[in-house]
Amino acid sequence: MSTVTPNLAIKYPRTRDTGGGDPPSYGGGNGDDRGNGGASDYGDRLRRARLGLVIGLTAVIMLFVGFTSALLVRKGLPTFDQQTNTYSRDWVPINLPWILLLVNTAVLLVSSATMEFARRDITRQAALAPVKSIPGVSLGDEQRFPWLGSTVILGFGFLAGQFLVWRVLHERHSFVNSNPSSSFAYLLFATHAVHLAGGVIALVWAAATALLHRPVESRRIVIDVAAWYWHFMALLWIYIVTLLWIAR
Amino acid sequence: MATSEIVHAHAAPQGFIRKYIFSLDHKVIGIQYFFLALTAVWVGMILSLLMRIHMIWPDANLPFVGHIQPETYLSILTMHGTIMVFFVLTTAPQGGFGNYFLPIQIGAPDMAFPVLNMLSFWTTFVAFVVILAAFFVTGGAPLHGWTGYPPLSAMQSTGPGEGLGADLWITSIAIFCAASLMGALNFITTTLDLRAKGMSMFRMPLTVWSWFITAILGLLAFGVLLSAGILLLMDRNLGTSFYVPLVVVNGQIMGHKGGSPLLWQHLFWFFGHPEVYIAILPGMGVASQLLSTFSRKPIFGYKAMVYAMLAIGFLGFMVWGHHMFMSGMSPYSAFAFSILTMGIGVPSAIKTFNWLGTIWGGRVRFHSPMLFAVGFVSLFVSGGLSGPFLAQPTLDIPLHDTAFVVGHFHLIMGVAAIFGIFAATYYWVPKMFGRMMNETLGRIHFWFTLIGTYAIFMPMHYLGMAGQPRRYSQFTEVAYLQHLIPLNRFITYCAIITIAAQLVFVINLFWTIFKGPKASDNPWEATTLEWTTATPPPHDNFGGHTPVVHNGPYEYGVPGAARDYIMQNEPATSPNPAH
Repeated sequence: MSTVTPNLAIKYPRTRDTGGGDPPSYGGGNGDDRGNGGASDYGDRLRRARLGLVIGLTAVIMLFVGFTSALLVRKGLPTFDQQTNTYSRDWVPINLPWILLLVNTAVLLVSSATMEFARRDITRQAALAPVKSIPGVSLGDEQRFPWLGSTVILGFGFLAGQFLVWRVLHERHSFVNSNPSSSFAYLLFATHAVHLAGGVIALVWAAATALLHRPVESRRIVIDVAAWYWHFMALLWIYIVTLLWIAR
Repeated sequence: MATSEIVHAHAAPQGFIRKYIFSLDHKVIGIQYFFLALTAVWVGMILSLLMRIHMIWPDANLPFVGHIQPETYLSILTMHGTIMVFFVLTTAPQGGFGNYFLPIQIGAPDMAFPVLNMLSFWTTFVAFVVILAAFFVTGGAPLHGWTGYPPLSAMQSTGPGEGLGADLWITSIAIFCAASLMGALNFITTTLDLRAKGMSMFRMPLTVWSWFITAILGLLAFGVLLSAGILLLMDRNLGTSFYVPLVVVNGQIMGHKGGSPLLWQHLFWFFGHPEVYIAILPGMGVASQLLSTFSRKPIFGYKAMVYAMLAIGFLGFMVWGHHMFMSGMSPYSAFAFSILTMGIGVPSAIKTFNWLGTIWGGRVRFHSPMLFAVGFVSLFVSGGLSGPFLAQPTLDIPLHDTAFVVGHFHLIMGVAAIFGIFAATYYWVPKMFGRMMNETLGRIHFWFTLIGTYAIFMPMHYLGMAGQPRRYSQFTEVAYLQHLIPLNRFITYCAIITIAAQLVFVINLFWTIFKGPKASDNPWEATTLEWTTATPPPHDNFGGHTPVVHNGPYEYGVPGAARDYIMQNEPATSPNPAH
């Protein structure tokens, strides 16, 4: 179902077709179950959220498949110029600030790493939550590095970096309608930025659930799914930069 | 309301707004989708009536619209197509009945993501409001047809309605894409992850299979349409040239250069052809379900039906070029698209054969849902048979953009899909509202609609072969079309009668909802899980327990059983089922 292996094994039956009793329940008694029918517990909800994410990312991939094929067609097709009565290619390579783009890529990759630490951190917390709830049991050091906050800041840093890229492009007089190459650069950057901003909102939501004292299991689901989405955003970004490099 | 939380989705809501407006209950959302589609279908139908009247009385002064100008005719045509395809044929069978019955038929308490489900409906609603707004802005609704071909659609100055109206049109489609993607995500996750114990994939009713496959098609198709729509909006408003070559509009050279209108056609039809199957597949599922139930026989070739639907869905993504034979594509590409398109005939024929095999020798009960299911098969065959004609480039060249095409796609994608919706309505309203629909009114509605739609769309094939072009506002003054006016008049009369007959349906529906005789839990003696629960189903569908499935979905006429059917949740080992 999911494409990932949590670093703390959570046991649940792969299918429920073969019978074998109800799946084990985690975090029960916190009023968090979907109740009625008892089919939904924490492990099930995590798996379902990850499955939903994979399916949702398929839609995002199709969006970029559409953009990519449009780019290849637009770049490759000779077009008839009625003024000169000839066929010509009107694709003028855009002069992108590659150094700045590489810096942005680095920022995004580091944020992906901090996101992964945040995901592992919350996974550990979720696994230890039942132990901690035993009276008199302490797990010692509660100080943790704010991985989630770092990711949000780095995410904003990336968006700011992209803003700088746009400023540079404007200074170089590469506007959205200057040439198909710049149209696609703006299009891909903007669409990626919108999707990444969605990821930032998800992270802020995850932080908010922490403030709302929602159970750690619920927070873990939000952070886990946001993390995989975030990694996907990094991959998508590398794809976009590579595509623009190849299509120069 | 967007702040309501997933985890509380199953506490039964109390207030009116939580219960009926921003509900998280898939059943309420399904009914919302259903009534949205019912509203949209009346808008679309009245637009078609205006077109038919204008065609034979071009100088008539009509109420509200006055004398229809050529531009107004094109606006009406565009909005009719768009509203019918998106807000009726995509919304009712999948969003409406799929939402209501997919979770119940697989034994789930709700959709996988109830909040997303609610958002999906309200996003669709916003899209509907936005597209209706196009009627009321300066210049009116767009002129470019539901396919929105550039350059006409890609610039503001190409005609009245191509200004703000066209922007609203594209925005509405983009919003609809987002809503459909949310819906598809929910349908797929629910089907894969929320099936009750014992409900293996091959025990799912064929309706569930059809909704599942439709959701996969939507997931893959709507993202591409969204990308195409974003590019179109950029061409219109940011001065880019994705689709627009160097063009002269009204004597003025536009700023665009080098774009390819064909690029839009490729992206649009990559979505557009699967969209045809998004409209018809749920109808296939409903027809299979009903033919089996009302013939009291297991479905003939269950697995073949599943594989045929998968094959249709798969091939549906391979054939978009057959909409573009006239675009100057290479004959080699046209040949490939042609062969693949005719290949779809194979799984379609398997399905038709199996439907006929299902009713063959059955003890058929001709209740109104069954009538519409049989009508679906009839229309699917009649509308489908003209497909292989159009799939051949040599025949498509003369028939392209004639009334032949209009007759073809209305029979198969329009009317057949609508018959699937009607069949589903007559079949499931007793479960949804707890009351039986009137059988006599149902039969009247069926016969008027069946004969009426055949009388409207069959002659269009002849009109097309005689050379009548589609999308022309006025043909009555064209010399070579004079002899076709009487036939066109006949079609318009039939359209008026058929549309009037739909009032019978609406009266029957609302009378049933408020005053109809109470329905029992299983009035059709069907086997699937929705008939095992109360009527109408409680908030969590099964009243506090999760069903366990022991049987396939079509156990009718079982030898040695106490009755002629076995419910899906009856233990298979019991020789004499309890109740």
